[in-house]
Amino acid sequence: MKRLNGRIWAAVLFGAAILFLTLVTAAGQMCMEESLVTDFSRKNMAPGISYIFGTDWLGRDMFIRTLTGLSLSIRIGLLAAGVSSVFALLLGTMAATMGRTVDSVITWLIDLVMGIPHILLLILISYAFGKGFKGVVVGVALTHWTSLARVMRGEVMQLKEALYIKAAQKLGMGRFKLVWKHMIPHLFPQFLVGLILMFPHAILHEASITFLGFGLPPEQPAVGVILSESMKYLAMGRWWLALFPGLLLVLTVVLFDVAGESLRKLLDPAGVHK
Amino acid sequence: MVLEARNISFRYGKDTRQILNDFSLQIESGERVGIAAPSGFGKTTFCKILAGYERPDQGEVYLEGRPLISYRGYCPVQMIWQHPEQAVNPRLRMREVLREGDEIEEDIIRGLGIEEDWLNRFPAEISGGEMQRFCIARALGKRTRFILADEISTMLDLITQSQIWNFLVEEVSRRQIGLLAVSHSMPLLENVCTRVCDLSKITS
Repeated sequence: MKRLNGRIWAAVLFGAAILFLTLVTAAGQMCMEESLVTDFSRKNMAPGISYIFGTDWLGRDMFIRTLTGLSLSIRIGLLAAGVSSVFALLLGTMAATMGRTVDSVITWLIDLVMGIPHILLLILISYAFGKGFKGVVVGVALTHWTSLARVMRGEVMQLKEALYIKAAQKLGMGRFKLVWKHMIPHLFPQFLVGLILMFPHAILHEASITFLGFGLPPEQPAVGVILSESMKYLAMGRWWLALFPGLLLVLTVVLFDVAGESLRKLLDPAGVHK
Repeated sequence: MVLEARNISFRYGKDTRQILNDFSLQIESGERVGIAAPSGFGKTTFCKILAGYERPDQGEVYLEGRPLISYRGYCPVQMIWQHPEQAVNPRLRMREVLREGDEIEEDIIRGLGIEEDWLNRFPAEISGGEMQRFCIARALGKRTRFILADEISTMLDLITQSQIWNFLVEEVSRRQIGLLAVSHSMPLLENVCTRVCDLSKITS
């Protein structure tokens, strides 16, 4: 058999990772009702054939709870990281291309947001937006764009001086087309890395502010809620309550990273022959 | 049409050497002017000023009596750079690079010896000489009236050099485009141009 080349490998990995993440998200969505069912005749069961992840102290199926939790985490992570990095891309590009005044306003805004302790701002914003899903997403999205925006601003500043950009201007290319055709393709790898790094950050922040009581309500089976609840039961030897959700959370983050990395490889023109 | 540089003075930054001092030059459509000078005499700088990439400290560049900076959109004065690899976006396929130009005719592409196969490649996948042909083609758009060729053939072998210059001379005389050729090589300029001016004798 012919050895698969690097690009096909990357495409396969990308497809598989995205497929898995989509399946988990969809399955979790569909099991939302079922994950809330309590049944005391089956409480505290260790992992086995009928309940592969075991059950908790209320007799809830941990497999289904983990699925719903992951689905929630993926949605929060994607949404918050996505909004945040698009925000960073827009502001960074604007700062570098729209003149001195816009630049200093945006730089000032970055310094302002960076100057306030992260978690404090996150709690305040989440609280102001009524906590829950919306509060967490808005909170994470509004606090995490700063460093990426700075990177983007620097990149665009550099790109502006590139000869091929200046040549394109002389060839009569308009401002928006210039940004779209010549700048965005160069910014995309950095954007992607920023997005990938932000995704676990968003999920962890979701878990931490939920833990502190300013995030999701306790009945929602988010991974953060599951982990903080099962802390109490770990000492009693119910290891499965934390192990499987934790492992799957790590797997999700890794898969997201794999997806991003293979997409970056596919889009890199220097790698067309790999 | 006339491209005219009137009393140009230029230096990069305050305490640096004066590169151009009260320099004037006129090029008419269909004329082929050569500029020769050793390194560091401001040949490239002069091209950049003529094409509007740099603003002179004093003096002005006029096209048809109108200042060149007042032309918006497509610039009728196009410059071909010495280093083609810096003048094309490494993330665009060569087909896209050609599309940046102003409706490049099929004859130009064929005349420069660009092969169909190259169009689908990225800049990293073709040689410098091949890339330079794309840059020349891109600069020969429909609305181009003047071409500034800054050492465009230094990296090419002699056969390719003559092929490209023959095509370029034929094309500019057919379309009555003004050409400014910059080179170290006096024999080349004498062959290509209708008149040659030596920058080192004027500026110093």
